[in-house]
Amino acid sequence: MCGIVGLFLKDKALEPRLGEMLTDMLITMTDRGPDSAGIAVYSEDREGRAKLTVQADDPGRFDGLGDEMAQALGCDVTVRVKDTHAVVDLPEGRMAEARLALKELRPEARVMSAGEVIEIYKEVGLPGDVAKRFDIPNLAGSHGIGHTRMATESAVTTMGAHPFSTGADQCLVHNGSLSNHNSLRRELAREGVSVETRNDSEVAAAYLTWKMQQGHSLGDALEAGLDDLDGFFTFVVGTKDGFGVVRDPIACKPAVMAETDQYVAFGSEYRALVNLPGIEDARVWEPEPATVYFWKH
Amino acid sequence: MQTFDLEANGLRALNEALQAQSQHTNEIAWEVVNPRGSHAIAVGLDAPIEVTVKGSTGYYCAGMNKQATITVDGSAGPGVAENMMSGAVIVEGDASQYAGATGHGGLLVIKGNASSRCGISMKGIDIVVQGNVGHMSAFMAQKGNLVVCGDAGDALGDSIYEARLFVRGEVKSLGADCIEKEMRPEHLEILRGLLERSEIDAKPEEFRRYGSARKLYNFNIDNAY
Repeated sequence: MCGIVGLFLKDKALEPRLGEMLTDMLITMTDRGPDSAGIAVYSEDREGRAKLTVQADDPGRFDGLGDEMAQALGCDVTVRVKDTHAVVDLPEGRMAEARLALKELRPEARVMSAGEVIEIYKEVGLPGDVAKRFDIPNLAGSHGIGHTRMATESAVTTMGAHPFSTGADQCLVHNGSLSNHNSLRRELAREGVSVETRNDSEVAAAYLTWKMQQGHSLGDALEAGLDDLDGFFTFVVGTKDGFGVVRDPIACKPAVMAETDQYVAFGSEYRALVNLPGIEDARVWEPEPATVYFWKH
Repeated sequence: MQTFDLEANGLRALNEALQAQSQHTNEIAWEVVNPRGSHAIAVGLDAPIEVTVKGSTGYYCAGMNKQATITVDGSAGPGVAENMMSGAVIVEGDASQYAGATGHGGLLVIKGNASSRCGISMKGIDIVVQGNVGHMSAFMAQKGNLVVCGDAGDALGDSIYEARLFVRGEVKSLGADCIEKEMRPEHLEILRGLLERSEIDAKPEEFRRYGSARKLYNFNIDNAY
């Protein structure tokens, strides 16, 4: 089944409340998927800085990581540890070196996301527990996406949880199942695009990243996905300044959207949206099958 | 008027209270407040009572209804009025997918638009939609009437057995074995009655009728894959 939520803020005054609103929406969707939960948040753009969100089962592994990374890269690096995740803050443009250094220094650490503004927190467990562990309600940001998983493809692990991020500041959550992910995975591998898990949704994320690397906009990449991805899907995707939604042509997987002057919101069900400010007067609709919806800051 | 606060008292208590009403109950009028998109509101009713839900509902609202008149003063989630036997369900806003699925009787009125698969496998229910319906509506419909005052999406009436489909606007495409049929006086009469009962102001003469070509009734090797 799976539950998806998303919130794209137009009104800056709501930004301090992003984490709190997303958490509330995701907890409402708990009964759509108890296996794992995750949230991607796009936070304030700090000029000249980038960040890497990494995960290790034992947070003790992050001890001293900031200093070691700073020494390896020869620049200012700070590390903020949150339970099993750590956000490595580093100068923009040093991401590739930072990933190599991380592989050297902490080979067991797993990268959740990389980019200028994105942070991803995901773990096995219920949304309420995951949000609490990572203090999600206190995260501010301009937009964010959440997922609570009922596994239909691949193992219930931290890496199998959504959102999946396969490119800088990109992420994807998926409700559904793809039938051609193995062949697509092989095709992407031939193009030099690799994925880390056996999960079908990660292949969809990688496909979109690959399309965008070829110069497509996210909107165009999603259009192309309608031809190349076979199966059932409702996708909600995020980029540094954008938020998109698309459903397959059969559109079995549920989706409800709401828009006001303050935000665009997505929920697998309407009840995920009922606590949003001004929802009584929002334009509420179901996204049409095989139709790409996209908003940009 | 009985007012039931769903948030304060919970779904189980609501459905127990409504299902406990007998044929001769004096508590005819019920109002449900704070539905907040909850699932399975007012299901399995079997008494001539009137229930108004003040807000939008989640999955399967008014499912398996008999005798009751249930009004959703908002929009309804997937499967509203599924398997209705008799009575009426009125949705003031939009309805999500498979509204009125497998219904055997009664009247479902949707004042806004209905999503995909409206009236899938309908078995005698009457469905009147003031707006549009989505793709695959009346898929495998067996009996009853589907009235669409707006447009219909792809594959209307796919694999239809019987049932009458009336559409005022455009039909994007017809499904397998669904064809346009002649609108005879008796059909105009049926349609006029349904529009009147639904309190929808539309002229029966503006509609076209669709139904089964009855070519899939018997096995034909040319239809096999």
